[in-house]
Amino acid sequence: MSTVSETPAVGLTHGGSEDTGLGHRGPESKSIVVPYGFWLFVLSDMVLFSALFATYAALVTATDGGPTTNQLFDRTLVAIETVALLLSSFTCGLAMIAAKRRNMTWTQGWLLVTGLLGAVFLFIELYEFAKMVAEGAPPQRSAFLSSFFTLVGCHGAHVTAGLLWIGTMMAQIWAKGFKEHIVRRLLCLSIFWHALDIIWVAIFTIVYLIGTLP
Amino acid sequence: MTENEDQLLDVAPGQPHDSIVSETWAYVIGLGLALLLTGISFWVASTGVLWGPGVAVGLVVLAIAQMGVHLVFFLHITSGPDNTNNVLALAFGVLIVFLVMIGTIWIMSHMNANMMPGPEMTNLQMQH
Repeated sequence: MSTVSETPAVGLTHGGSEDTGLGHRGPESKSIVVPYGFWLFVLSDMVLFSALFATYAALVTATDGGPTTNQLFDRTLVAIETVALLLSSFTCGLAMIAAKRRNMTWTQGWLLVTGLLGAVFLFIELYEFAKMVAEGAPPQRSAFLSSFFTLVGCHGAHVTAGLLWIGTMMAQIWAKGFKEHIVRRLLCLSIFWHALDIIWVAIFTIVYLIGTLP
Repeated sequence: MTENEDQLLDVAPGQPHDSIVSETWAYVIGLGLALLLTGISFWVASTGVLWGPGVAVGLVVLAIAQMGVHLVFFLHITSGPDNTNNVLALAFGVLIVFLVMIGTIWIMSHMNANMMPGPEMTNLQMQH
């Protein structure tokens, strides 16, 4: 008798009088909800970048008689940057595999490699920026250069934040071990880092490769 | 809760799965494909054997393909039932990204064509 009244066979919420709208299992665990929320943030970050890309595309020819894309960009440097960031995305994944197995040595090692490759990327980018400014192509030179430094610089700022985050996570794992909430943060970090590489794919294609076509 | 229901639980994006070999293998395949697509992109941009006006379109296609590789092999976005929420969020994000980018480029190029002073006027202004 009572079982019938508690679990009616038909109904959107699969029974139960407490209609949470979340199905018969209730809400997902925090280890699902938190990275999902972070995934939503990352996607909104991509929307932000799409606005910067649109601005760049609209202003790329507005050079005001100053240097153009073909005169400024060096494909060799961009290729090194691309490979460094791609490899760091790969080692970030390996760090996640090690973290899932609670392996301190490999997790810290791969995170360190990830951070170092990210630092290589950032160093080359800053070198390129400094070179451009020295060559008379600072952000205030033309609308094209303003939009270029905003777009690529925004990505560089994200990478900087990612590097700080990697260092923080290495310290937290070291000090607190593989607690559930620490691993959750690590997963968010890996989502962030992979997303940065996805945005870089768009940047090296649209800004650097299409910008230096003959 | 039965075992079958347990498998239908959502997974978070970027969450590795299964055994250590298959997880590592997924990243290795992803890295290989991404390097391949990157290499093709740089080759396409440098070579002279391809039809010039089509190169830019080809580069964009290669970039979108590489983004797909990253999503599948690094972020583990799949078409499985446990990934529905992740895919729906991604689809909405992609929709907005394309609306913003294509809409802006489309409108701004028309504005440039219709409202910007021609090169002869610009030159007059710059000569004084």
